[in-house]
Amino acid sequence: MEQLPILIPLPLLAASLVVPLAGLWAPRAVFPISVAAVALSAAMSALALAEVVAGGEALRYTLGGWAPPIGIEYVVDHVAAFVTAVITGVALLVVVAARRAAAREAAGRRGLFYALVLLLLAGLTGMVVTGDLFNVFVFMEISSLAAYALVFRGGRAGMLAAYRYLILGTVGGSFYLLGVAFLYFTTGTLNMTDMARLLGEAEPNISVAAGAAFIFAGLGMKMALVPLHLWLPDAYTFAPSSVNSLIAPIMTKVGAYVMVRMFISVFPEGYLADEVPVSQALIALGLAGSVYGAYAAMGQRDLRRMLAYSSVSQLGLLAVGIGIATPLGLAAALLHVMNHALMKGALFLTAMSMRMGAGVSDVRMLAGLGRRMPATSAVFAVGAVAMVGIPPTAGFFSKWYLSIAAIDEGLWFVLAVVLASSLLSAVYLFRVIERLYLAPAPAIAGGADDAPNAAAPAQDAPARESPLDVTLPMALLALATIVLGVLNVVVMERVLEPGL
Amino acid sequence: MEEVAARFPFWMIGALLGVGVWGMLGKRSLVKKLIGLNIFQSAIILFFIIGSMHEGATVPILWHGQHNPNAEDFVNPLPHVLMLTAIVVSVAVTAVALAFMVRLHREFGDLDEERILDELRR
Repeated sequence: MEQLPILIPLPLLAASLVVPLAGLWAPRAVFPISVAAVALSAAMSALALAEVVAGGEALRYTLGGWAPPIGIEYVVDHVAAFVTAVITGVALLVVVAARRAAAREAAGRRGLFYALVLLLLAGLTGMVVTGDLFNVFVFMEISSLAAYALVFRGGRAGMLAAYRYLILGTVGGSFYLLGVAFLYFTTGTLNMTDMARLLGEAEPNISVAAGAAFIFAGLGMKMALVPLHLWLPDAYTFAPSSVNSLIAPIMTKVGAYVMVRMFISVFPEGYLADEVPVSQALIALGLAGSVYGAYAAMGQRDLRRMLAYSSVSQLGLLAVGIGIATPLGLAAALLHVMNHALMKGALFLTAMSMRMGAGVSDVRMLAGLGRRMPATSAVFAVGAVAMVGIPPTAGFFSKWYLSIAAIDEGLWFVLAVVLASSLLSAVYLFRVIERLYLAPAPAIAGGADDAPNAAAPAQDAPARESPLDVTLPMALLALATIVLGVLNVVVMERVLEPGL
Repeated sequence: MEEVAARFPFWMIGALLGVGVWGMLGKRSLVKKLIGLNIFQSAIILFFIIGSMHEGATVPILWHGQHNPNAEDFVNPLPHVLMLTAIVVSVAVTAVALAFMVRLHREFGDLDEERILDELRR
């Protein structure tokens, strides 16, 4: 199966061409085709992961038969296989769960909507499997353009949020490209393996340092590292429910993955700490972000905005893991990519379900929903517990490994900050759980009018639990945070440690 | 002074990058923000093109019967090809942004960021 690397993004790309046509002539076929494409891509990722873990060798595919340093090469090693498996798996569950929300929000444009979703996923999987620096840029822009257009569907506020996201996202992509230019003119190659070899031989010089700085600034924009996170809260809050539950779990993670890739297969070991202070910057900004995000989340009244700031906080922890840059630190970051994708997928889906079933997304209006929407509330509770990091849920273990990696490097203050941000997360997430289960149902609609979405519900309207096709994928994600939490040793030993 | 003159193209590119950032951050009009973005991207494209140049080099085409071509005699063609792709990306971004603007203008009757925000707060 030497074609496996290309077979991961290909079904998505092909289906994105078919789906708009299907939307014109057979709108009923749009959803099955899209799900089939995502499922196929997920199956290929799982196959690639199994093959890499069994064989221990990276899978390589050369596009068009041109040999690597000249042609574009797709490389699926342990890390890439792990990340595509996570992305496509979570995406499959979210796309299935979001069917009703998408049908409502993309009314009449279903073909185009799913074409954008597929393009987004094709871009993200492409960024993961490619072994070529310029190809990363192209896939990054494909996925970002699809994301801008999807966010733009989110009503009046979503339109401006999408425009700002477009400007900032494109600046991020351009910074990355500028950094690649510096590296290219120093080494004369774009292939990652070749670049690693040439950079290892070359004397450290100012243009490589400038290249690294620009690349990480661009990727920091894409993964919403703290001073560059300004696009994220609005984009996640105002995007349609079906879109933010897809974008939030996976999109920023791929930016983080490309950063990991820079550390493990482009720059020589230690270069990004000794010659350019990238590691130090990632740790400092990551710590600042993890506390700031959690603090900002506490003050939010809109559930989705709260979850968006919680993403900023968790991405900060991810950046700390990348910045520590020991194999254990990178493994902790990658484990957190998976755990956070599962937790955030579950939480954003519950936000979607509450909005669909009860018409609310204001935290204060959630009172009593625990009885009226039991499955959704239970999933939220599991996701929240995992997000805070209580064992045996997955969230605990990535924070655990992160702390050990930090202590190994003598960075004790990281431990303090991880604890602080976890406690702050507990404050804002348990506040919601308290509303769901303990607070009495509100008698009058108080303060509903300053909720960002004006869809204030009639108070006596019964909140109905979402149907099974929404709750089942949600429950699977919640279950996965527990199962993969228990099995995290297997993931670490079989997948991540051999790959780093 | 000669140092500066020798690096003239790079100073110009730096200036263009600065103009682009100023356009994106300093201007309230969404149109001017987009123009700033385009200037920013053009600067990067020019940077690639200038990097591929060197003195006394010619078009990278081999003519019939030429043996043992010397790489020093030719301009590096790869950055040009990359930049064709980057230009396509930038055109796509511009198209999407313009489409957004049409819709925003229909919705708000304005393309001034502050006034749209005021409208949203209401």
